[in-house]
Amino acid sequence: MTETYRADAAAEAESIDDFRGRARAWLAENMPPIDPAHPPAAHRDEERCWLRARELQKRLYEGGFAGICFPREYGGLGLDYEYQKAFNDESLSYEMPLILNTPTFTICCATLLDTGSEEQKRQHIDAALRGDEILVQLLSEPSGGSDLAGVLTRAERDGDHWVLNGAKTWSTSAFGADYGLCLARTNWDVPKHDGLTMFLVPIKHPGITLRRITQLNGSTEFCEEFLDNVDVGDDAVVGEVNDGWSVASRQLYHERRAVGMGSEFASGSGSEGGRSTPVNYMRLAEKTGQADNERVRQIAGRALVHRAVSDQLGAHVFRSVNDGTLPPAAGTLLRLFHAETVTLEMDAGLAITGTAGVVGAEGEGLETGLRYLARQTVCIGGGTSELARNVIGERVLNFPREYAADRGVPFNQVQHGKAGR
Amino acid sequence: MTAVDSPEKILFASTTQAFLQKEVPLSRVRELHAQGVSFEPDWWQRAAELGWTALLVPEELGGGSVSGDGVADLAMVAEQLGKTVAPGPLYPVSTVLAGLVDSADPQSHAATIEELIAGETVASWAVYEPGQGWAPHQPAVTATPTDSGYRIDGVKDRVEAGAQSRLLLVVARTDDGVRQFLVPTDASGVRIEPQQSIDLVKQYARVHFDGVEIDRSAAIAGTAELIDRQSQIAQVLQCAEVVGILQTVFDFTVAWALDRHSFGRPLASYQALKHRFADMKMWLEACRATTSAAVAAIADRSSDAALSASIAKSYVGEMATEIIQACVQMHGGIGVTWEHDLHVYLRRAALYRSMFGTPEEHNLRVYQLQEAGQQAPRSA
Repeated sequence: MTETYRADAAAEAESIDDFRGRARAWLAENMPPIDPAHPPAAHRDEERCWLRARELQKRLYEGGFAGICFPREYGGLGLDYEYQKAFNDESLSYEMPLILNTPTFTICCATLLDTGSEEQKRQHIDAALRGDEILVQLLSEPSGGSDLAGVLTRAERDGDHWVLNGAKTWSTSAFGADYGLCLARTNWDVPKHDGLTMFLVPIKHPGITLRRITQLNGSTEFCEEFLDNVDVGDDAVVGEVNDGWSVASRQLYHERRAVGMGSEFASGSGSEGGRSTPVNYMRLAEKTGQADNERVRQIAGRALVHRAVSDQLGAHVFRSVNDGTLPPAAGTLLRLFHAETVTLEMDAGLAITGTAGVVGAEGEGLETGLRYLARQTVCIGGGTSELARNVIGERVLNFPREYAADRGVPFNQVQHGKAGR
Repeated sequence: MTAVDSPEKILFASTTQAFLQKEVPLSRVRELHAQGVSFEPDWWQRAAELGWTALLVPEELGGGSVSGDGVADLAMVAEQLGKTVAPGPLYPVSTVLAGLVDSADPQSHAATIEELIAGETVASWAVYEPGQGWAPHQPAVTATPTDSGYRIDGVKDRVEAGAQSRLLLVVARTDDGVRQFLVPTDASGVRIEPQQSIDLVKQYARVHFDGVEIDRSAAIAGTAELIDRQSQIAQVLQCAEVVGILQTVFDFTVAWALDRHSFGRPLASYQALKHRFADMKMWLEACRATTSAAVAAIADRSSDAALSASIAKSYVGEMATEIIQACVQMHGGIGVTWEHDLHVYLRRAALYRSMFGTPEEHNLRVYQLQEAGQQAPRSA
């Protein structure tokens, strides 16, 4: 289990206010100031943005403000979430390496902290906090996304090595990364969850061929990878051999929390800019000449309400999981709420812009229509909204589980579609 | 309630809960309705003795809270009231008290405050006017200066427990702007006309003021911020009560879905229904989250208190009735019968959806506040 690591009270007596004051002074001296209302775009599909993030992370590390909630022995500060929140507040008007938060810190490093070997934690968490290493997830496969435990990538024993073959897809920004947490099948004679192993695979390995996926909105942040005789040592195994599902489950848990902005391992809470900038309804109403239109103001007001509640729910779920009033799977509530809110916002944007959203120029409303086209990505990525509802039903409300034809069946006897064979 | 509450607060909560369960279970609410009674005055006095009416009042005026945070304590009471959709004038009395204790000269109203705390007197806030939406700062009722005080003229409506109140805190227009006045309901020229509501026991009134003469001391010293504060208290208490309602309705509907079988399977095993329950659970937790954020902001009198209250009132108003109607759907035919308790909860939630600002009114308010440069509030 991940916990918020408490600092040794005697050694670390700095109050949150003192910490905040020190952070404020350091940020002013060392980080580039920005206008938080119009953050610079950190495009996840551009190489230079990843290099920039590494550089900013290095500055944070050297200044002693990296990994506030990661344990000290792995390069962090070992402080409570309250300190991270104070830092998030203070850093809002500075350029931060926000694209490193997810998946590197909030999912990959958080999972290594839960399940990695001492050596892996010392090496990879520390390197990530220094800005030297970017980690990604190699989970989904072309044969299916939601049924993650059904992966077909195989890892076979060859002497003292493992050899991986298969294909992965929808890995976020893998082109800019150093290592990937890769889920592979190591035993085909047992039910699907029991024969999986998680590997830390170097992305630059000559056996990996990487291709960018172009999404309908032109984004190329996601990648697919073909693994062709990728050989790694035993030190690449995360957790136990054939217990990879436990590791993957921790990743999913951390991912659901991170997507809802509820992770103590994220540093900085501003917007990444570009496509992820929240819609500015006031500006949209103004540039479409509707600033005083009450119908427009009401639609936008409703979207703003839901956006604010999304943030409030994040804090509430985090608190409730910590004090045990909600089970850990409640992180999925955030994942679903986020998807629902973004959907509502995309719809509100389209309704407000009217024809300017579909005919005209980018910057005059058309960008809202273009953004609308990719609306469903938020309901698909990181497990679909339907899957999230199953998780809430079965693991938050404890309703009976869905029937699964592959439950308890050795994986080599499970049926697959033609494309998956 | 959270895991970090003090023993005193936990004791206060359990005492409140036991009192409500024993004295006004749903069967009692139904009886009151059958008799056409809103609440019994001596019951209200016993409720006041538990401390409900003292929570917003500072100690020097005879009040006191349990945790040191009276707004949070009162919101907890409201959440408990929701569990049995209890009767009683908690909000009328609380909004009036909030106005009196925050006025520029609360000592001049010490006797009234004391009577309200004791539950001997019931007072209500006369803020709505016929034909108008939620616009507390734009009254048409007038207060004209006279030799000894003021003369009040005009009509208020949707005054909760108006017929049961001895005093009304009336929002009126004067030459110097909007002010509030404490008007006794037995004063000459006051005429009270009951209004029906969709709730089983909450009763409202239209109040006519026809040349009502009041003393100068009846004027409340305070500005527009006082009205904002009272509005926020009213809004957040409604949200808190609705959270209590939602938790109760959701819990018994979950139990129903696990127990009820069709085609040889529990309802809870059907994916189509499971997905609806997942949405309801999410909305319920979101209602809880936004309400507790608003409670914290209002308790702290933070600069985003009004924005937080509007966000909570809009969201809870929009989603609460959705959740309860979905619970009715999960029950099937039994859910639309008089015998089933669902409608008792639905009535209260629908009432609160609209009172003290509809979601639509608050959405406009949120837009306006953000346009004026207020950042979205950070979560509590």
